[in-house]
Amino acid sequence: MTVMEQRGAYRPTPPPAWQPRTDPAPLLPDEVPYRVLGTDAAAEADPELLRRLYGELVRGRRYNTQATALTKQGRLAVYPSSTGQEACQVAAALVLEERDWLFPSYRDTLAAVARGLDPVQALGLLRGDWHSGYDPRERRIAPLCTPLATQLPHAVGLAHAARLQGDDVVALALVGDGGTSEGDFHEALNFAAVWQAPVVFLVQNNGFAISVPLAKQTAAPSLAHKAVGYGMPGRLVDGNDAAAVHQVLGEAVAHARAGGGPTLVEAVTYRMEAHTNADDDKRYRADSEVEAWRAHDPIALLEHTLTERGLLDEAGIQAAREDAEAMAADLRERMNQDPALDPMDLFGHVYDQPTTQLLEQEAQLRAELAAQERHHESEGAPR
Amino acid sequence: MTTVAVKPATMAQALGRALRDAMAADPAVHVMGEDVGTLGGVFRVTDGLAKEFGEDRCTDTPLAEAGILGTAVGMAMYGLRPVVEMQFDAFAYPAFEQLISHVSRMRNRTRGAMPLPITIRVPYGGGIGGVEHHSDSSEAYYMATPGLHVVTPATVADAYGLLRAAIASDDPVVFLEPKRLYWSKDSWNPEEPPAVEPIGRAVVRRSGRSATLITYGPSLPVCLEAVEAAQAEGWNLEVVDLRSLVPFDDETVTTSVRRTGRAVVVHESGTFGGPGGEIAARVTERCFHYLEAPVLRVAGFDIPYPPPMLERHHLPGVDRILDAVARLQWEAEN
Repeated sequence: MTVMEQRGAYRPTPPPAWQPRTDPAPLLPDEVPYRVLGTDAAAEADPELLRRLYGELVRGRRYNTQATALTKQGRLAVYPSSTGQEACQVAAALVLEERDWLFPSYRDTLAAVARGLDPVQALGLLRGDWHSGYDPRERRIAPLCTPLATQLPHAVGLAHAARLQGDDVVALALVGDGGTSEGDFHEALNFAAVWQAPVVFLVQNNGFAISVPLAKQTAAPSLAHKAVGYGMPGRLVDGNDAAAVHQVLGEAVAHARAGGGPTLVEAVTYRMEAHTNADDDKRYRADSEVEAWRAHDPIALLEHTLTERGLLDEAGIQAAREDAEAMAADLRERMNQDPALDPMDLFGHVYDQPTTQLLEQEAQLRAELAAQERHHESEGAPR
Repeated sequence: MTTVAVKPATMAQALGRALRDAMAADPAVHVMGEDVGTLGGVFRVTDGLAKEFGEDRCTDTPLAEAGILGTAVGMAMYGLRPVVEMQFDAFAYPAFEQLISHVSRMRNRTRGAMPLPITIRVPYGGGIGGVEHHSDSSEAYYMATPGLHVVTPATVADAYGLLRAAIASDDPVVFLEPKRLYWSKDSWNPEEPPAVEPIGRAVVRRSGRSATLITYGPSLPVCLEAVEAAQAEGWNLEVVDLRSLVPFDDETVTTSVRRTGRAVVVHESGTFGGPGGEIAARVTERCFHYLEAPVLRVAGFDIPYPPPMLERHHLPGVDRILDAVARLQWEAEN
C-alpha cells in the first residue's frame, strides 16, 4: 500500500516558517517624482550649486545643438541628442567625486563632458575616428556604451572591486527606459544588491526607446518600483529638475559610499529631439505631447528659481550663454579639422602582442598603402 | 637533497593547483562563478580556494553568466585579474554579448589604455554522457572573435602551465577545459609544478613521416590511440597538439605538414564552419606544393550535440581517423 492509497492517513504539516528577507516598505519609491524647483525646498537649495548646475545646463544645451548641427554637416556620423535631459546629465556628472566612476550610454556624451572629458574626445565614437578612443582612467569615465545596459554590470564589478580594496569609490551607471528591459539590467541590479556594491543606477526615463513608448516597455507601476524586487531602494525624481536630481543622486551616492549598498533612481524626463538624426519622431508621437514637455524645460525651470531668489540677473544669463557659445565655437572649429588617422593603428590594439596572423595582415596593408603612394606619385595626383 | 615522491595528478587537480598558485602569487587574482566557492565547483577544480583565500577572492556568484562576466569586466577595469568559470560549455551563451561586445574589444576601443586581463574557464566537449547543453564544443565562436585568445590543454602538465599563462596574460583568454580529460592522470611532483607554457605554441606529440594529425584538447588522446593502431598497419603518423587556437602556430603546423606531405585535422566540434576548415585552408595556402593529398577533416557531424546515448556515433574515434588516413592514398614508402 502506498502513501497515496492510505486515505486520511497523511497529515500535512505546515512548511518551515517563511520570512521575507527584507521589509519592502522602505524600499518603495515615492508616489510622485520628487521635486525641488517650484516647491518650498527651492528656497533652501545651495545657491552655489544652483548656479553651477545652471551654467552646465546652458553649456549642455548648446553642446547638443552644436553636435546636432555637426551631423548635418557630415562631421559626425550620428548624434543622439540629450536635449530636454540635460538636468540628468549634468547632475550625474556633478554629484560624483573625482575618484568615482561614471558609466555612460551612447546618449550620455553630455554627462562625460560635464565631468571634464574633452568635448572633442567625447565625440570620437560618434564621429567615427575610433571606437571611444579616450583613456577611461583619466577622468574615470567608462567608454560610451552602445549595447543597451551592458555597462551596468561593469559598474557593479568596478564598485565591488574598489570596495574589496578598501577604496570608498562609487560607480554611477546611466541607462535609458528601454535598457531596463534588457537581461543585463536585471543581472546588474541583482549582483549589486547581493554584493551590496557601492553603485547607483540612474534610469533616464525619456519616454521612448527609439519609437516604443514606456507603456509598451514595462507594466511596472514605475521603473523605480523594480528596485524593490532586488532588495534595494527605488527613488523617483523629476528628471527635468536639476536640483532634485542632484539631491536624490547625492543621497544615493552618500548611501553607497557609507556601505549602504545600491540604489535605483528613475528620473522622469523627455527626449525633445528624435532618437538620432536618422529617426523620424513624427511617426510615433504628437507635436502636442512634445510641446507640453517644452513648457517643463529644465533650463527655464532652474532659471526661474534662480531669478526669483535674486541669484541670477540678465547679465548672469548673458554670461552663461557667452560661455556656452565659446565652448561651441571651439568645438566647431576643432571638429571641422579632419582627424589625422593612421591606418596602421588598426592592428595596434587588438592584443598586447600581435599574433603572427595579424603581423601578416599588417604587412599586407602596409604594402597596399605603399603601392597606392607610388601610384599617386607616378600620376602626380594629389592624395 | 631530498627526493620528492612523484605521484599521479588529474587534470582537474592540476587546474586547481594553477588557480591556487596564481592566487598566492598575485592578490589581484580573483576566482568567481556559480558554485566555485563552498562546493569547489561541480568538477571540484576550485576545491579549497574559498577556504584558503576567503570568499572575497573565490566568490559564489548569483546564477547569471552575463552578470558573472559583466561584473568581471568592471573588476578588471579596477585592476583585478578575474578568473571566471562558466560551469558548462553551453551555459556560457548568455555571456556572449559581454564577451564579444566588451571583453574582446575593450583594449581596442580604448587604444590600448584599458586591457582586460580576464580568464574565462569553460569546461567543454562531450564524451561524459552529459545531457543536452552539457557537451558543446564552442571554440569556433570564440576563434571568430578578434581580441580573444583561445587556449585548450590536452595534458595534465599543459593544464597547469597554460592556465598560469592565461591568468598572467594582459589579454582576455577563453580557456577551454576538455571535461572528458578532467580525470586523466599524469605523474606530478607537487614540489615542482610543470613549467608555465607560453600561449600560442603548438607541440609535436608524436613524430612521424607518413602524415600529420593536427588536433587539440579532447581529441589528442584519440589521435595518439590512432597512431598506435596505424603503426600496426605500417603507418607512421605525426601528431601536432595545437594547445592554442588563437594565436595559431602556423610555423609548427607548416613545418610538420611540409615534411609529411599529408594532413588530417581532428576535432569534435562540427565540421562546417568549424576550426578544421580554417586550419585546412591555412595548411593548403602554406603547403600546397608539398601536399600529396587534400587536407582532410575528421570532426563532429553538423548536428546539435547528440543525446548521450548516441554521442559515440558523433565523436570522431580511432576508426574514423584511420579511414581518413587511408583516404590520403599514400605511396608504397609505408
